[in-house]
Amino acid sequence: MEVTINNIRKEFDRFPALNDVSLKIASGELIALLGPSGSGKTTLLRLIAGLDFPTAGKIFFGEEDASHHSVQERNVGFVFQHYALFRHMTVAENIGFGLKVRPASTRPAKAEIRRRVLELLDMVQLGGLEKRYPNQLSGGQRQRVALARAMAIEPRILLLDEPFGALDAKVRKELRRWLREFHDRTGHTTVFVTHDQEEALELADRVVVMSQGRIEQVGSADDVYDRPGSPFVFSFIGESSQLPVEVKEGAVLFQGQPIGISEPAGGVGELFFRPEDVALVDAPDALFGKVTACRRLAGTRIAEIDIANDGHAPYHVEIEVPLHAPIELGSEARFRPTRWKVFRK
Amino acid sequence: MTDTAAVASARWRLKRPSIIPGFGLTLGFSLVYLSLIILIPIAGLFWRSAALGWSGFFAVLTDERTLRALYVSFGTAFVAALVNVVFGVITAWMLTRYDFPGRRLIDAMVDLPFALPTAVAGIALTALYAPQGWIGSLFMPFRIAFTPLGIVVALIFIGLPFVVRTVQPVMEEIDREVEEAAATLGANRFQTVSRVILPGLAPAILTGFALAFARGVGEYGSVIFIAGNIPYVSEIAPLLIVIKLEEFNYAGATAIATIMLLISFAMLFVINLIQAWSRRRYGNA
Repeated sequence: MEVTINNIRKEFDRFPALNDVSLKIASGELIALLGPSGSGKTTLLRLIAGLDFPTAGKIFFGEEDASHHSVQERNVGFVFQHYALFRHMTVAENIGFGLKVRPASTRPAKAEIRRRVLELLDMVQLGGLEKRYPNQLSGGQRQRVALARAMAIEPRILLLDEPFGALDAKVRKELRRWLREFHDRTGHTTVFVTHDQEEALELADRVVVMSQGRIEQVGSADDVYDRPGSPFVFSFIGESSQLPVEVKEGAVLFQGQPIGISEPAGGVGELFFRPEDVALVDAPDALFGKVTACRRLAGTRIAEIDIANDGHAPYHVEIEVPLHAPIELGSEARFRPTRWKVFRK
Repeated sequence: MTDTAAVASARWRLKRPSIIPGFGLTLGFSLVYLSLIILIPIAGLFWRSAALGWSGFFAVLTDERTLRALYVSFGTAFVAALVNVVFGVITAWMLTRYDFPGRRLIDAMVDLPFALPTAVAGIALTALYAPQGWIGSLFMPFRIAFTPLGIVVALIFIGLPFVVRTVQPVMEEIDREVEEAAATLGANRFQTVSRVILPGLAPAILTGFALAFARGVGEYGSVIFIAGNIPYVSEIAPLLIVIKLEEFNYAGATAIATIMLLISFAMLFVINLIQAWSRRRYGNA
């Protein structure tokens, strides 16, 4: 099911939680809404589900305007961070709930419901646990029951709100891989919310980066990591350093001194680069400063450097250096970014 | 000496080692307290009723008037507790789910039956529900006061706070997400309430029922005013005990008390078992 979100605005007590958000979700896509807390990602998910209604704007399911449809009418599968299982029901009763509450005309027969429940249990790899109660299951198992329960109603779209947020790191990784396989097998249009960028980048076809109620960038993992569209995306995704610079006649100046890299357009801006995208150089026009800390990180070394020209306040940056490089505590390091981006003010 | 104590404690322990001190102190205090206030008086009760011997005991037990009084006491308490479950759950729902002016006032009013001298409640209810009273006259020729129905009315008044106060905190903790989950699965409001919320409240409702029922069985002050106290019809067992006492028939009085105690204990024990069972199933409900 293709979902189109047109100029959505949502206010809670006059405080805008979402501000003019538009997004097109293709059928069968796996999309991540990524952002810090308070960025509006969960609000957007709840608006798609129909658990909240927009202040302005429209939501289309395919060609159909679903903006004012109730959550029951929308037929969406929703998985909550804390599972929200019905604890007085067995696993089988939980999964069958959505079928049992259908009006008599569309409700499958008892035997058919049972067959579907067992089939879904197998699909989430929990066969044989149908008689357990939720409190007899581990967190990862509960979340898979919640997913099976959401899938039972054959939803038009599957929505997951921080689905792995309450699980420990190991289970989270397993379940993440498993969800990707599950999606590839079933082909459901899926939107999930996360604040964990690793999760979003690994799992999603496209990542929607959100901040302060707005969409900052939409793109593949490569897009948002290698070609960040805004200062926020650059600093939010991955590690990065940030320096105030000025561009004059094609050269980038830091604290008035050229640093050996060039930019086409002029003006004042912010230079962003990643720790791994630097090269140590032996030239006067470079960034330089004293190494304040040095630590080993797997196959490389991270050097923390306070860079400053004489008489200016120092800026703290982190760069990755080869193991054999002559960098040690207290020494001076000179380097240039090899890949960078300047966002003009 | 400390050595032998250590050896002894290594062999047999009343409790498993714990870093929380004070087990001995609290156990000792609780036992002394329970003994003085509950166990010794109840043991005395059995002791006095034993003076009757088995045949005397059975004579009191099988006396038609005793049986009718027990039936009235347990029957009205049961009906009143059932009514209170419905009434109390609705009241708790209103107090937890909606915010309206005067909510705190009503919340405080729920506790009034706890604080009011029960005789005052009895007199007020009698005045209202008597055949000439405001409410009672509306129902004429159907009589409320001076019948078992009047007893039920009084016991509803007495028992309401028990249900409200046990259900309310559990209801407040119902996860909003569980209701939303039911809605996303297509359940309408009625299905969400009847299939998801109420079953989740069952253990709390059961506790409230047990408390209201137990209180109703033992209630005396409010009931004797509204009941009319007609032997075989609206005479409650506690009143029969008082009557026996006034006749200086102490053994007879304690015999009835013993029977009440046994029946109450059996019922509360069963309710406790049901609760333990549901708690095991649903987790810490």
